[in-house]
Amino acid sequence: MAEKTMLEAVHDAMFEEMKRDERVIVMGEDVGEGGVFRATEGFVAEFGPNRCVDTPLAEAAIVGVAIGASLNGILPIAEIQFADFSHPAFDQLVSEAARLYYRSNGTWNCPITVRMPYGAGIHGGPYHSQSVEAFYAHVPGLKVVCVATPHDAKGLLKSAVRDPNPVIVLEHKKAYRLYRQELPDEDYTIPIGVAELKREGSDISLITYGMMMHHSLKAAETVHEQDGVSVEVIDLRSVSPWDKARVLESVKKTGKALVVYEDNFTGGFGAEVAATIAQDGFDYLDGPVTRLASPDVPIAPFAGELEDFILPNPEKITTAIRKLASY
Amino acid sequence: MTAVKEAPAALKLSDEQLLEMYYKMLLARTLSIRQRLLQRMGKGAITYSGEGHEAAQVGTAFALRPGTDWLYTYYRDIGVVLTIGMTPAEVLTGFFATRDDVNSGGRNMPSHFSHKRLRIVSQGAPVATQCPQAVGTAWASKLRGLDEVAAVYFGDGATSTGDWHEAMNFASVHKAPVIFVCEFNQYAISVHYKKQMAVENVALRAQGYGMPGITVDGNDVLAVYEAMTDAVERARGGGGPSFIEAKTYRLVPHSSDDDDRRYRTKDEVESWSARDPLVRFARRLNEMGKLDERREKEIAERVASEVDEATELGEGGARPDPESALRPVFVEEKGS
Repeated sequence: MAEKTMLEAVHDAMFEEMKRDERVIVMGEDVGEGGVFRATEGFVAEFGPNRCVDTPLAEAAIVGVAIGASLNGILPIAEIQFADFSHPAFDQLVSEAARLYYRSNGTWNCPITVRMPYGAGIHGGPYHSQSVEAFYAHVPGLKVVCVATPHDAKGLLKSAVRDPNPVIVLEHKKAYRLYRQELPDEDYTIPIGVAELKREGSDISLITYGMMMHHSLKAAETVHEQDGVSVEVIDLRSVSPWDKARVLESVKKTGKALVVYEDNFTGGFGAEVAATIAQDGFDYLDGPVTRLASPDVPIAPFAGELEDFILPNPEKITTAIRKLASY
Repeated sequence: MTAVKEAPAALKLSDEQLLEMYYKMLLARTLSIRQRLLQRMGKGAITYSGEGHEAAQVGTAFALRPGTDWLYTYYRDIGVVLTIGMTPAEVLTGFFATRDDVNSGGRNMPSHFSHKRLRIVSQGAPVATQCPQAVGTAWASKLRGLDEVAAVYFGDGATSTGDWHEAMNFASVHKAPVIFVCEFNQYAISVHYKKQMAVENVALRAQGYGMPGITVDGNDVLAVYEAMTDAVERARGGGGPSFIEAKTYRLVPHSSDDDDRRYRTKDEVESWSARDPLVRFARRLNEMGKLDERREKEIAERVASEVDEATELGEGGARPDPESALRPVFVEEKGS
């Protein structure tokens, strides 16, 4: 067992997959010298410049080239330096990678992994902070995971590389160096689409993912100590597919649901979770299905005061829990 | 139409190969016309025709190895896919959107070709998205030490897109064995190329990306074949990508939903009809003593019966099971 940060876990997942299977390559901007977050540190020395490939600064080409290479015996891990810059590649992801298998009636498949550091809280301003998961979770044919712990990052990234479908791996960049976690020495994967119970509780189900999971655990601890409210925290980890059964099972037990997400309130992925609970879990509910998210302004303004005001945090989550608990 | 290259007289094609080229061109023409007629009869929702492009399509595809080299086509490329080995019936299963449509099982629009065994990669409709993908496939060949090349096809409108520029640049930086084939037919639907670009020959741009670019008479199948052969040899030999601009003209509207009388004159269409690549090649073969009236008739009869047979097969094909619309979104099993 070794203690690793999430960033080290991401590094190790790719390193081990490239060792395991010579078809696996990494490609993207600045990856050759280790990447802006250092996720590919030492890769060129170990694997050479043909397996850790600096690309031109062109996201549509990064994804488009990865798609084409994946049809010809390569398993590319394409890095989009920041999720905010995936938008130029939207067409390649949405029109091409996602639709290729369906539109060819199952004759061509596209086993690419696209990594994107995402999320706010790091003074990244409006272009290094966005949450993009709702865009991609909306698209049939793409799998989307959101990781925020070392253990999940490693296990889900490995699953993504081994998946025969296109998988977008959203890594919350604020969690990259948040803490260290002991990881197994042996190879392991985590299945895509399976949520994890992070804290057991009986009064409220709190469904979340990404950095909000860490904030939610803090808030759950606070209300447990101060109010005696027992909150069950579920980390979705995957948003497409997502673990509806696990969420509904929890809501059945607690009767109350709070969905916390970092993205803008309107149309964020939490809206889908809330709608599902409202429709399929109606009989279980003792209070309004509640959403806590960022307001509908571009995420995120640069100045600390502005960014802090926008984002959900443990205090705001605590308040939301108390309000829901009062029903 | 400056800098148009003439085909040299001496080419290494055998008589059989020359007649095969002519046959594929006539097959593409006849099958395009058949689809337009069937659509008019209400037997299909839409068609895209390759009429006028036959020399550019057959001439380029003829320089590739079917099933070994890779193709990224666009919706006008009926002549490309037939040359590589798709059958008329396989094309028409797409037109009729049958259950057994080899292209897409009735999921994609007609003329959005796909054939895995022939390495014709399924195409989407956004213009030029296939360009970076073709670069990726070609680059993968290079990474794997294979001598397979990729050819990617598109029209003049595609050269305005970001994906095209990004693909050209990536290909050149990584010396990917890819051939960019622009079927320059003067119009992106209704928009004349002078509103699309400020250069007369878009092949000029290749130089800016560090790759050879050539403008060729796209209605001269042998000139096209020669240009493509050069480009394929360069790619196979490690020389990287090339760009071919084949100047041609679409002789019919963009699709069965388009009325080209709104944006081009009858005189213009007629002037290009006079340069019909099929008529031109027949005349040339005749002059070379390789195609007499008897052989021309034989080929025409063969094409007509193949197209009739394909029509029958396509029209009689099983309809898709409606519930199959829910599949296949994801590969369910590993290694598929």
